[in-house]
Amino acid sequence: MDTLVARYSQPMFEKDYTEDQLDMYQPAPSLSLRFAMPPVAQPSAWLRAATDDHANPNCPIKIAHGTTTLAFRFQGGIIVATDSRATAGNWIASQTVKKVIEINNCLLGTMAGGAADCQYWLAYLGMQCRLHELRHKRRISVAAASKILANLVYSYKGMGLSMGTMCAGVTKEEGPALYYIDSDGTRLAGNLFCVGSGQTFAYGVLDAEYSYDLSEEAALELGRRSILAATHRDAYSGGFINLYHVKEDGWVKHGFNDTNPIFWKTKLESGEFSNVTSELV
Amino acid sequence: MEVLLGITGKDFTLIACSKAAMRGATILKASDDKTRSLNKHTLMAFSGEAGDTIQFAEYIQANAQLYSMRNGTDLSPSALAHFIRGELASSLRSRKPYNVNLLLGGFDPITGKPSLYWMDYLAALTAAPYAAHGYAQYYCLSILDKHHNPNIDFEQGMKVLRMCTDELKRRLPIDFKGMLVKVIDKDGIREVEYNDDARIACP
Repeated sequence: MDTLVARYSQPMFEKDYTEDQLDMYQPAPSLSLRFAMPPVAQPSAWLRAATDDHANPNCPIKIAHGTTTLAFRFQGGIIVATDSRATAGNWIASQTVKKVIEINNCLLGTMAGGAADCQYWLAYLGMQCRLHELRHKRRISVAAASKILANLVYSYKGMGLSMGTMCAGVTKEEGPALYYIDSDGTRLAGNLFCVGSGQTFAYGVLDAEYSYDLSEEAALELGRRSILAATHRDAYSGGFINLYHVKEDGWVKHGFNDTNPIFWKTKLESGEFSNVTSELV
Repeated sequence: MEVLLGITGKDFTLIACSKAAMRGATILKASDDKTRSLNKHTLMAFSGEAGDTIQFAEYIQANAQLYSMRNGTDLSPSALAHFIRGELASSLRSRKPYNVNLLLGGFDPITGKPSLYWMDYLAALTAAPYAAHGYAQYYCLSILDKHHNPNIDFEQGMKVLRMCTDELKRRLPIDFKGMLVKVIDKDGIREVEYNDDARIACP
């Protein structure tokens, strides 16, 4: 049945649009309409067979998946923090990934899920935001930016995109704003989100001490500590802690720091992680 | 979605279990006790496949009590832990193994030391200062990593436990009907009153 439907119907992205038709939909031709599709009946099923490690452990392409990212709103703006590990199956592909994408000097995006998908589409989002700025002579709102991404990934729903991202930014109209967008097409505004395989561990530490009235210093420390918790317990998270603070006049970077010395400092100075021994037995 | 938590402190061990007994999409009972006491100073909490859990727990309980009656002395928590591991390990190599995860909380009245053992259905045994089974692991271990230390007193222990159960209420999608909390200390095992009526909202 699916094969029949696929034979007689043509997906939107395969249609040949004329330049005029394209202009009617969008002032600038979207990148999203320019992908070559594999010549098979169901591209999504084919992609899944080739990449879904869960369904087929022998799949030829292992997509980078595991991550911990978090962002939360508080009285002084928004804290954004991530780990830096990229894994493909059980292989650690990199320990120095930048999972915070600087869309412009007031907007940040975070990366979880497929590394390529996130990198590509957040770069695309950056481009669309810059075009919005040039066309309208003012910066795009976080709501609008997140919606560009949400609508974009929704148009690819069911085709194997894998991303869980957060858009954080401060604008004059909205103040500090935080949105969660995932490849299912979900788009949520909120105060606090953790995304990725380490999300539960980060939520644990973050929820326990989160309050909107946190001081800047306490908020930064809580963000850092939550990522540390996740890198300690989640095998697919680790490397470095990438920390950002989004304020009214743009974001400030608070370092890209190795987790290992931070872990031992936390353990030895605060007496936390009491199930880890520091002596050789 | 069964929750088992164990926390040791300076002179006590806390064991907390969710009160919901679930089968498929139904909660059959909201005051279930997922623990059995093995002797005066050892308590076992269990989760896993329906039927297996209680069968196995009561088999262990009967054997522990038999030992106490025959010898006029109790097995220590560590001796019990290794006995249980042995039983579960031989069951694992049988035609129909028990599918049970366990926490074993104990207190040695002579040395005054609390103890906690974590065991899964594959009979992996480890002693730990704090432990959890099921989804609780994902939410609570990071909290315990940060807020636990082996010298906490009972009040501090209850505070850390409260942080854990609040987080579970906040983030677990299914209501587990609150927690049954028991403490093991020099006076033996007793249930602790635990108020879980408060609604915890997601921030």
